[in-house]
Amino acid sequence: MATIEARGLRKAFGTSIALDGVDLHVEEGRVVGLVGPNGAGKTTALNAILGLTPYQGELKVLGRDPWTERDHLMRDVAFISDVAVLPRWIRVSQVLDYVGGVHPRFDRAKAEAFLAKTTINRASKVKELSKGMVAQLHLALVMAIDARLLVLDEPTLGLDILYRKQFYDSLLNDYFDRSRTIMVTTHQVEEIQDVLTDILFIDRGRIVLGCSMEEVESRYAQVMVHPDNVAAARALGPIHERQVFGRSILLFDGADRPQLAALGDVRTPGIADVFVAVMGADR
Amino acid sequence: MNPSSNVPEPRPMYWSVRRELWENRSVYIAPLVVAAVYLLGFLISTMTLPRRMNALAVFGPVSQQMVVFMPYSIAASMVLLTGFIVGVFYCLDALNGERRDRSILFWKSLPVSDLTTVLSKASIPFAVQPLVSFAVALATQLAVLLLSTLVLLVNGINPATLWARLPFQMSLVMLYGLTVHVLWFAPIFGWLLLVSGWARRATFLWAALPLFAIAQGEQIAFGTSHFASMLRYRLEGAMVEAFTDHAAKVRILRPSQLDPVGFLSSPGLWIGLVFAAACLAAAVRLRRSREPA
Repeated sequence: MATIEARGLRKAFGTSIALDGVDLHVEEGRVVGLVGPNGAGKTTALNAILGLTPYQGELKVLGRDPWTERDHLMRDVAFISDVAVLPRWIRVSQVLDYVGGVHPRFDRAKAEAFLAKTTINRASKVKELSKGMVAQLHLALVMAIDARLLVLDEPTLGLDILYRKQFYDSLLNDYFDRSRTIMVTTHQVEEIQDVLTDILFIDRGRIVLGCSMEEVESRYAQVMVHPDNVAAARALGPIHERQVFGRSILLFDGADRPQLAALGDVRTPGIADVFVAVMGADR
Repeated sequence: MNPSSNVPEPRPMYWSVRRELWENRSVYIAPLVVAAVYLLGFLISTMTLPRRMNALAVFGPVSQQMVVFMPYSIAASMVLLTGFIVGVFYCLDALNGERRDRSILFWKSLPVSDLTTVLSKASIPFAVQPLVSFAVALATQLAVLLLSTLVLLVNGINPATLWARLPFQMSLVMLYGLTVHVLWFAPIFGWLLLVSGWARRATFLWAALPLFAIAQGEQIAFGTSHFASMLRYRLEGAMVEAFTDHAAKVRILRPSQLDPVGFLSSPGLWIGLVFAAACLAAAVRLRRSREPA
């Protein structure tokens, strides 16, 4: 059974279409990055997966219909979002009590162990914590949940780079194993590209590119072309071209590597470069 | 897929109610503060208590009882009324606060159904608040009784008159009165909860203005005031329906003045309860279908 299976997922808000026939197939054990410009439909797609918004089309998450079975689904799904904020009035000890009291897969000892590594005081209220500490607290809660799918929607928005790095390090070292699936959206895509196994580009409610990171590496090549070879390189049909310090950098999709090597320095492009190339193509 | 042995059986309802009490401490603090203020006032008034007890001798037993009973009645009314007001403000915020501070998505990320959440919030005005109010009112009355007895003893007056004249069934009457009012006011709480789940802000205005507008509209259009009298009936009806006819005008001290059969057979009660249930059902649906902004 796939963790997420969507077919023809559609969602409109009035006349604006947020999801325009999205097909998704996410297997267990993948770390999927959902990348797209603002307003591309990322959050709407995640909300549909989490049962927070109704939709048209077929969608099954862990074999369940999220919209009608949200409370059951949430036993196996954990969720951190920039907008799903912890209530400001609650105390750290209370939120531990509450999640422990309602969640069948919450291991309080794990959460306590994680919190012990931070400077968060059990008696503090959430409003007394810094933004980074609130993120640590939320991560501690989520990491103590034995979930099969973890959804992260801009989880590190507004955090400084130290917290962001720590966040993903903890997630991968202490939480992720091959039986869990993680789906993450973020604008700092280059920070997470090493942790991803798959990438999904979404634009205007459609998936424009969906493939594994290995595929990205074998498909895309970026060449810093020697000035003498620019014309020859352009003849090979790059999908994107930009100038850096007077040198042309061309990005190719499915080109022959040895052939490119003759024109300049070839390297595997970062996700951000591929993103700009693919998204920029039809604009 | 391996739930460890140290994970207890989940109890979403229990923890959701506790969660409400963590957030809304006024549910028990407000009645306690009112009781404390009342007791302080009563303590000061005990300076004149011996003189008043002696003066009481000239009255007949019925009048004596009224005078003796007064401080207990006032204490209970103040505490219970406070509880009711706290309940109203609680309802107006219950389903609104979590949307205003955006914590609703955190609550929805946990395996707790919208039904459980709405019912746990409804349990505050329907069960928790009345029970807290009753306990505090009873404790206040006991404190008043103890204080009076002590003061009388210290002044060498036999407290027997006080004890003999005190209708101890009043605790039963109070429990009955509280229960019928909670049931009678159920549609008010249901309506307030629904509005708090529906309105984006200004829940009090959204809850009150439409009722006012309908009453005014009816008055202007048809020159009648059926809607207004229906609202008045909802506010005052419990006294009429749940106690024997003349009771609304006199002080209720004895179980003989209670009319549970009349109350249970009044259509107003059942219409109100059905309306309250419909409001709660609508609130559950609203919470489920409200999309994240």
